[in-house]
Amino acid sequence: MRIGVIDTKACNLNSVLQALQRLQAEVIVSSDAAELQHADKLILPGVGTAQAVMHGIEHFKLQDFIVNSTKPLLGICLGMQVQAQTSDEVPLKADFNEIKTLGIVPGHVQKINSQGLRLPHMGWNTVRHTDHPLFRDIAQDSYFYFVHSYCLPLNDFTIGRSEYGQSFSAAIARDNFMGVQFHPEKSGAVGSRLLQNFIEL
Amino acid sequence: MLAKRIIPCLDVRDGLVVKGVQFKHHEIMGDIVALAARYAAEGADELVFYDITASAEGRRVDRSWISKVAAVINIPFAVAGGIKSVEDAQEILAFGADKISINSPALSDPTLITRLADRFGVQCVVVGIDSYFDAVSNTYQVKQFTGSEQSTITTKWQTLAWVQEVQHRGAGEIVLNMMNQDGMKNGYDLTQLKAVREICQVPLIASGGAGAMEHFYDAFTQADADGALAASVFHKQLIAIPALKQYLKEKGIAIRT
Repeated sequence: MRIGVIDTKACNLNSVLQALQRLQAEVIVSSDAAELQHADKLILPGVGTAQAVMHGIEHFKLQDFIVNSTKPLLGICLGMQVQAQTSDEVPLKADFNEIKTLGIVPGHVQKINSQGLRLPHMGWNTVRHTDHPLFRDIAQDSYFYFVHSYCLPLNDFTIGRSEYGQSFSAAIARDNFMGVQFHPEKSGAVGSRLLQNFIEL
Repeated sequence: MLAKRIIPCLDVRDGLVVKGVQFKHHEIMGDIVALAARYAAEGADELVFYDITASAEGRRVDRSWISKVAAVINIPFAVAGGIKSVEDAQEILAFGADKISINSPALSDPTLITRLADRFGVQCVVVGIDSYFDAVSNTYQVKQFTGSEQSTITTKWQTLAWVQEVQHRGAGEIVLNMMNQDGMKNGYDLTQLKAVREICQVPLIASGGAGAMEHFYDAFTQADADGALAASVFHKQLIAIPALKQYLKEKGIAIRT
């Protein structure tokens, strides 16, 4: 089992790589679709901004590779958000008001309507899931670690939901594509379990 | 609902965990990586590592221990001590820390807070405040260079004013070290904590004085702290993290168990 970590050069991959090492997974890290072809499964990490991740995907001509992939793919945080169609997360002073993302699942990423709760939504929050295999042996309302200010609302492909002022997609799945808003690599034992589940799918 | 956080703090000096009383008399508590791994396994929600010698002695420190910690633990952690520039912070984050926490350098150059927030995002930037209650003047004073007793100075800032200043400049979280209580195990200074909470819109972490489980409960219920940080009670195993979290959960606090 070889896990390909897609490096968009938009973020620090350390945490994800260290988590995979702790699970003794065989890992290749690359920005090159030809190399990533040799992986059995793919992880798309994302810390930073939606635009930085999309720039990386475009710069390394990874968009076709990702959206046409038939291998299990797990997006983490922004790596999940960019699977939606568009995102409101534009740079300050931008002359446009949304960013086009991969469009693997329907929906529009928007600022969390936190009802006055502090943003970013940062810390440990509970996830209610639909018993998707990604959550095998993970109890309902387990706590996962989140750091984000934007979210994907609930949709037909939501497999885990959380609440922070509003309900939002904490995890999604469509065919071979999966994504989690939280950081499994920082979510203690349940996070490790989720990554292990992905490896074992 | 966001869980309240239990945060063991590991004061680091020369690659070892140490702990002092009222920021003095440091004794060696053990190996960083082993202690970090133990806390993560026991259910700590986050860890904070303070390199207590860095700021006081003005030297560059070997931070390679950070990558060893990052390799073994699967929870978020912050590193503090001697972070004077964007480059210092970059190095620490590259080693695998999730947050950087600045204290004395922010007092020397408050623009550092904004530069760090702009570069890495507010979620990465914690400002630690060493606050001392001066009974004579009946004020809370911000202290600087508290790594050793000799180096500690009183700044021009009163605590509440500095709390507002750092938020204005981009602090994403504040750790309030209430120095009079530090290591005394008499409980957090709830009067001070409540006063800071009233003006603090970012996550607020109580630090200094935890000695019993109810002290954590008080910080969460009476002062609405987002997290509670403690060192000696965990290092000396006076309070076990699983028992503490069970106690808080049974008392109705949102806690990750």
